[in-house]
Amino acid sequence: MAPVLVLAEHERETGSVKKTTLELLTLARRLGEPVCVWFGSGAGDAAATLGEYGATAVYAADSDEMNDHPVVPIVDVLADLVASLAPAAVLVPSSADGKEAAGRLAVRIGSGVITDAVDIDEEGVATQSVFGGSTIVHSTVLTGTPIYTVRPNSVAPEPAAANCTVEQVSTALSDSAKKATVTERTVAKQGGRPELTEAAIVVSGGRGVGGPEGFAIIERLADSLGGAVGASRAATDAGWYPHQYQVGQTGKTVSPQLYVANGISGAIQHRAGMQTSKVVVVVNKDAEAPIFELADFGVVGDLHEVVPQLAEEIESRSS
Amino acid sequence: MKIAVCVKQVPDTWAEKALKPEDSTLDRASADGVLNELDEYAVEEALQIAEAHGGEVTVVSMGPERAAETVRKALSMGADAGIHILDDALHGSDAIATSAVLAAALADKGFDLIVFGSESTDARMSVVPAMVAERLGLAQVTFAQRVSVSGDEVTIERVTDYGFDTVTAQLPAVVSVVEKINEPRYPSFKGIMAAKKKPVETLGVADLGLEPASVGQAAAWSGVRDFAARPAKAAGTVITDEGDGASKLASYLTEQKFI
Repeated sequence: MAPVLVLAEHERETGSVKKTTLELLTLARRLGEPVCVWFGSGAGDAAATLGEYGATAVYAADSDEMNDHPVVPIVDVLADLVASLAPAAVLVPSSADGKEAAGRLAVRIGSGVITDAVDIDEEGVATQSVFGGSTIVHSTVLTGTPIYTVRPNSVAPEPAAANCTVEQVSTALSDSAKKATVTERTVAKQGGRPELTEAAIVVSGGRGVGGPEGFAIIERLADSLGGAVGASRAATDAGWYPHQYQVGQTGKTVSPQLYVANGISGAIQHRAGMQTSKVVVVVNKDAEAPIFELADFGVVGDLHEVVPQLAEEIESRSS
Repeated sequence: MKIAVCVKQVPDTWAEKALKPEDSTLDRASADGVLNELDEYAVEEALQIAEAHGGEVTVVSMGPERAAETVRKALSMGADAGIHILDDALHGSDAIATSAVLAAALADKGFDLIVFGSESTDARMSVVPAMVAERLGLAQVTFAQRVSVSGDEVTIERVTDYGFDTVTAQLPAVVSVVEKINEPRYPSFKGIMAAKKKPVETLGVADLGLEPASVGQAAAWSGVRDFAARPAKAAGTVITDEGDGASKLASYLTEQKFI
């Protein structure tokens, strides 16, 4: 069986394998035998987890030089491994780094690329959810080694144990990789919440939240559910919540198991970022708000009443 | 300083978008075409850099006849000149071909900075700036929430999941900017009048030294097999809060195993 190259990612703080990587491995097994690329230290420890989900090898790229430059080192290593392993496909996560690396790799090795796949079948046909989830597209790569970027939360990870060996890669950095250098990494406070695009549960607030102080109850509800906090553009434009948490067409696209929309009317701009969520719960005092069209469960009511009560109820049910 | 800013005409952000059944390409006729919102930030950033350091801004766009409006919009904001890459052969081009066309139009023109919006609101791939950097062998400093130029260096804050990375590169470089990096200016009446007199060069694929057969839908390295509208979602349960809304919602979340 041909290998399928998977770009693994690890949690910044703990170094453990990200859930998105396990999702990629689950999809990769449909196309061949998954092998991983791992940047930074900890490949030895990760091998056990990667093997549990079917990876037979992890190629470790662990040098300071690799970490000092954005994106292009990933392309250098992937291009090298594509040349030596002749994989059936390359799967990378739909993160900023992942998409850019996929794009550059496609140009470098002469292959087509499909971004933001939400599913890939045994024949390599990718499913994409485009125009804010209003249209489902099936696409294929027609030239070269197919490269896919895969959205978080697209499939449930399924274990399939394999013996995973660790190999060091000895790729020399390209000149173009050295042209940009990371001089500092700044960690913004996230309050220990999961990353927005990868979270299984997202709790969002919009215009109805009423002001920056109103987000305290949104955060409390998110924390009671172990979820991430999102915001509509109305809320971020008003400066009530930091811009990086905006869910929508010009912000992040999320596809969690549960999306809780509080005080959000549901304009296209917002729906485009959350329409593919599995279960949608809505709290809004306007019964006519279009967001109710997407609701699996909706409460017409004042979020300032309902949200704190709900958080309290969840806290007591969970304890 | 010579700055290029690459822009795309896209269907209005607020419009419902669709693919055309006959060739699975974007239906551009069904909605108003606008300057891609994220490209407005790119134009503004390019103008601000040119204002601070001196220099001129050239706006570059690939697209059908109508994309000329988008070039004019950027000119009316203050860009100095335009290049419109217009050719029937380009219809249905994928990101790979688009990046080849843009790279051919940008190469050897002495641009110090090539600025993009971080993605288009229609295709949302976010790959073209990186592909153009790859083709031109230039430094890639992308997803910038802040850009500063000093001497022959550009430093940006690259937005990451955890915050941001400070990234520095020598010019020339490819930059992409995220929303909210700045407040894009509205074209003034004077700007709109002046834009009518600014030079716009219209170039075809052959003018760029590319084979027409190397671009367009037939040459694409990936393709749509089929598409369909997402099935309408079955109507959910909607209740009105009479003091027990939170408790009923909690019960629903428990049933669904979220609690």
